[in-house]
Amino acid sequence: MHDQGGRLLLAALDRAAAAAGLGPGMALADGRALVPGLKTAQLDPLEDARALARLAEWCGRYTPWTAVDPAGGGLGAGAGLLLDVTGCAHLFGGEAALAADLAARLARLGFTARLALADTIGAAWGLARFACDGPAPWRVVPRGQARAALAPLPPAALRLSAAGGELLARFGLRSVGALYDLPPATLEPRFGPELAQRLRQALGLAPEVLSPLMAVPPHIARRVFAEPVVTGEPIAHGLENLARALCRRLEAEDLGARRLELTVYRVDGSLRRLALGTSRPSRDPDHLARLFAGSLEAIDPGFGIEVMTLAAPVTEPLSALQMVLSPEGAGRVDPRGLAGLIDRLGARFGLGRVFRQLPVESHLPERASGRAPALGPAGDSAWRRGRPRPLRLFAHPEAIEAVALLPDHPPARFRWRRVQHEVVRAEGPERIAPEWWRDDPGPAEARDYFQVEDAAGRRYWLYRAGGRWFLHGLFA
Amino acid sequence: MSRLLEALRAQIRELENGVAPPRHLPLGVPALDAWLPGGGLTLAALHQVEGARDEWDDGLAAGFCLALTAPLVAASGRPLLWIARQADLHGAGLAALGLDPGRLILVQAAGDREVLWAMEEGLRCPALSGVVGEVAELAPTAGRRLQLAAEANGVTAFLLRRRFAPLRRPEPSSVALTRWRVAPAPSGAAPLEALPGRPRWRVELLSCRGAGPGNFLMEWDDASGRFALAAALRDGSLGPQPAQIIGSDGRLAG
Repeated sequence: MHDQGGRLLLAALDRAAAAAGLGPGMALADGRALVPGLKTAQLDPLEDARALARLAEWCGRYTPWTAVDPAGGGLGAGAGLLLDVTGCAHLFGGEAALAADLAARLARLGFTARLALADTIGAAWGLARFACDGPAPWRVVPRGQARAALAPLPPAALRLSAAGGELLARFGLRSVGALYDLPPATLEPRFGPELAQRLRQALGLAPEVLSPLMAVPPHIARRVFAEPVVTGEPIAHGLENLARALCRRLEAEDLGARRLELTVYRVDGSLRRLALGTSRPSRDPDHLARLFAGSLEAIDPGFGIEVMTLAAPVTEPLSALQMVLSPEGAGRVDPRGLAGLIDRLGARFGLGRVFRQLPVESHLPERASGRAPALGPAGDSAWRRGRPRPLRLFAHPEAIEAVALLPDHPPARFRWRRVQHEVVRAEGPERIAPEWWRDDPGPAEARDYFQVEDAAGRRYWLYRAGGRWFLHGLFA
Repeated sequence: MSRLLEALRAQIRELENGVAPPRHLPLGVPALDAWLPGGGLTLAALHQVEGARDEWDDGLAAGFCLALTAPLVAASGRPLLWIARQADLHGAGLAALGLDPGRLILVQAAGDREVLWAMEEGLRCPALSGVVGEVAELAPTAGRRLQLAAEANGVTAFLLRRRFAPLRRPEPSSVALTRWRVAPAPSGAAPLEALPGRPRWRVELLSCRGAGPGNFLMEWDDASGRFALAAALRDGSLGPQPAQIIGSDGRLAG
């Protein structure tokens, strides 16, 4: 039910309500008059769209080419899903078995669904909406018979707009079969380009491609469990098999995986995804399986996992020669051992947290060292020597209370984290100004840095900015 | 007599560990090398460094860790893994202390358990020269695991104790081969009296298997790019004096 101009109208009904004579667009008051015990809920198109998207994701267990089809009149009625099962049907025992399986699962999840399987998108769309009803909610049209199957359907089955359908009704064309008789050259000037295009698409004469909900990775390995699994051991075993299958595919094309995505599809219609990256392209199945080992326990199997897929969305060329390495002598680094370690650390902490430091050309100390991948090449620039720099640099300078005799002098004493320090020796000031030549100059004020030593011998790096004092780093 | 003692000691070590006798790396500070058994830092073992104060490390202990690890990296040419909860080591500061930051792989972990896990993973990779982990507390079982992993793969492990809160419980005894405590010391002479001179530390060897506790005053020499013993020493603990020093385990040292 939704609110339109102050009146409450019915938007969508279930089977029982439709059987009682209610229809979409009817006022709520009339509906309640016909069916006294009518249960209503507010229409929420956003939530409906999200639920549909989730269902489309779950249908990824059959094929990765899934899309949400928003076409349909008005209030979301008529929205559906499109799946491209070319080449996947044999995994499920044939097209008819796939359609029956999907229909049964959707019914179990509580949806009333109508399915049609045909060799073009247009034909399947029309058949699902206009040819499936009643006891057999699914239909499979063998290849080449779409034309015959579409003939008895009304012209609305061709995905026409409301205006187009009206135009055809005025001409007295009440079925798609009638359109076949008209010479195709006259369709366009008479009825507009839309009708001719839709007819050609439905019959397979014009190309139409599904654009999937999520990017389809070119390399996927899929494993369907005979029974839903709940325990960890079959999941780990399945993962090893998937890794082996994926690596065999990658080997055939001389590629190595840089990013991996593991998706598990659960019985209750939801899915879980795990993604990780590697620092070097790899197609070693044991290594890849071990990378996931830590996070497998985090996956909650719920009532059971039915399908697992492992995909490699990002790959890089990796020839067989690169994989065979001989460490020459004890001093040389064995990249495979180090790369494996970096991958394992990256899988646990995130590859962004395993890094080296490279010098960056900048005066500002917080920008003078940049993060680089742990296994990259050495940078070009060298570290700047000459000025004293602390061993530990705080990411956020801490405010301190300091007392200095004269503005340009180092502080005589300061207080940091509630501990008083007496300054015995100091060096400075070193003025570091904002880098005005860059788009992002950095701090607003120039800073005067001092290296100070307290009575005990500890050394700190302080700076004064605009009259306030801060502690930026600690020396060794 | 001392040769006989050395031979007996080597035999006992072999019986204890069951592996080849450990190798040692001279640190470049002659007095320190002479004090340590074997003439240098024992490789493929666990060492522990901590700061003097109970609150937090001020960078001194990290600097001493670098003093121990920089010769290791330079000698073997393999990178060093440094695991910490806050990755706040500054590249320019590292370069100033003689370690090429390009040879240092930093890992930012979330807590002590993660740091110890990462240390174990790193110790199993013979492509590293050493692993440094910053922890707040260390249970003896975890220390033992690290020691076994280090011995098995030939990678040296260093534990840097960073305590963020004052210590309340008595400390459990450590399983590290050597334990060091680093305290600050006023710096040396400088061209101008008011300027800080060469940085100095008071390094205390709390315990060492095969040698006694010792006290050293070390300073960083910018000119030579190395650490050295400061000119003025404390407590006359220059080197092993056989008749006088009894190690913590009751055996003669040196």
